[in-house]
Amino acid sequence: MLQGHQSWVFERKPVLLGTATVVGPFEGQGPLADDFDIIHGDLSVGQQSWEKAERTLLEEAVKLAIENAGLTKDQVQFYVGGDLTNQIISNSFAARSLSIPYLGVFGACSTSMESLALAAQLVDSGAARYVVAGTCSHNATAEKQYRYPTEYGSQKPPTAQFTVTGAGAAVVADKGEGPAVTRATIGRVVDMGIKDPFNLGAAMAPAAVDTIEAHLRDFRIEPGYYDVIATGDLSGVGHPLAKDLFRRHGIPIDQTHFTDCGLLIYDFEKQKVQAGASGCGCSAVVTYGHLLKRMRRGEIRRMLIVATGALLSPISYQQGESIPCIAHAVAIEAE
Amino acid sequence: MADPKKKKLSPVQQQYQELAKKREPRRPVLKNCLRAFVSGGTICLVGQAIQQMFIHWGGFPKEKASNPTVAVLILVSVILTSLGVYDKFAQWAGAGSAVPVTGFANAMASAAIEHRSEGVVLGIGGKMFKLAGPVIVFGTVTAFVVGICHWLFG
Repeated sequence: MLQGHQSWVFERKPVLLGTATVVGPFEGQGPLADDFDIIHGDLSVGQQSWEKAERTLLEEAVKLAIENAGLTKDQVQFYVGGDLTNQIISNSFAARSLSIPYLGVFGACSTSMESLALAAQLVDSGAARYVVAGTCSHNATAEKQYRYPTEYGSQKPPTAQFTVTGAGAAVVADKGEGPAVTRATIGRVVDMGIKDPFNLGAAMAPAAVDTIEAHLRDFRIEPGYYDVIATGDLSGVGHPLAKDLFRRHGIPIDQTHFTDCGLLIYDFEKQKVQAGASGCGCSAVVTYGHLLKRMRRGEIRRMLIVATGALLSPISYQQGESIPCIAHAVAIEAE
Repeated sequence: MADPKKKKLSPVQQQYQELAKKREPRRPVLKNCLRAFVSGGTICLVGQAIQQMFIHWGGFPKEKASNPTVAVLILVSVILTSLGVYDKFAQWAGAGSAVPVTGFANAMASAAIEHRSEGVVLGIGGKMFKLAGPVIVFGTVTAFVVGICHWLFG
């Protein structure tokens, strides 16, 4: 149901019946390794192309999430998903083998929460009983499409971010045991005129702030309502910028634990990832793996995940266009 | 307001960009220069050593010895690229690994490896020059302009 200007409240409290996360070797060396369901030792996941590898990660995550929910795939009505590849082939091709009725969505790295919000809305409105939301990214496919060949020796600036190899999926159900998806806020596209594709954190920070402020306004709450507010992939440059903006706008963000998925997944001492992590997979695996595990342990009662996406394409930035960005927020609460 | 690009931005955008500029970690230019000097210099030193070997033991005259030298350096660079080492070295070395002929070889080999999955003709053949193409185009154009100048004033 509509709440305020751009938010939904899910009154039937759809639950996350099962989730799954699958990651690559580099993520498996990071501090959150214990929170992931499957860690692949091989970046190519035994496939012949990076694109096939990314698709395989997603297929595994979706199948495992359905299994973890105690369902079979013919019980699931819809699959909502998207990714970073051109024409979202990872999701569409995975949907081909899953053969679940499919809605493809694109919100760059915000797709993780865009798909979850839509899945929750479908269940809450009674349009479905079980919906799977899934997303994935692969370091090599993202590098190949947005930047340079993976083996090309270019020196990355300290503002650059490292795309996560991983896939996350969640089964949203109308009833059952599990954390509830209670609210969502759909973001506006915000463009502050940043043009540097190696500084996406700075480009995306205003979008995250805009969506969080809209969420607080629509629900008439303060940041302290949530134990954790986690942005998707602002990382080392964007996250402090978001804090600066909240301070300027007089929002008491310090009431809550304000963190970023892109800062959690890698060990900055040992893993050379410049500013931090990025990609659809980043917010998906950190949320469905790490943060939900913390919620099940009782360490978090309410959290707001604000997945951030940079809506650029290789053509748009080569033509000198600035980078439009978006953020979608979903609130998850312990049952 | 000397910068015409900034004029198009709204005041809010300008304010934010100033803030973002402040929070942006600087590229360590001095460190990068030193590393480029050391690594680029080392590659050239190795190249010189290979050239001397071709002169002393290979029986090449001084003028002709540079051809096999370049071939060896390209081969080494392509092998290191294929083993996934060159890009890691390049993150440390920066321009030091990009400017010598090894960097050019890396640009071609990495594109060829990356696009292998799209087929031999359109993948390798078509996309191999994705990064190296501009170097050839503008290198040729520059050579042409310099050649004309040489002919006019030389």
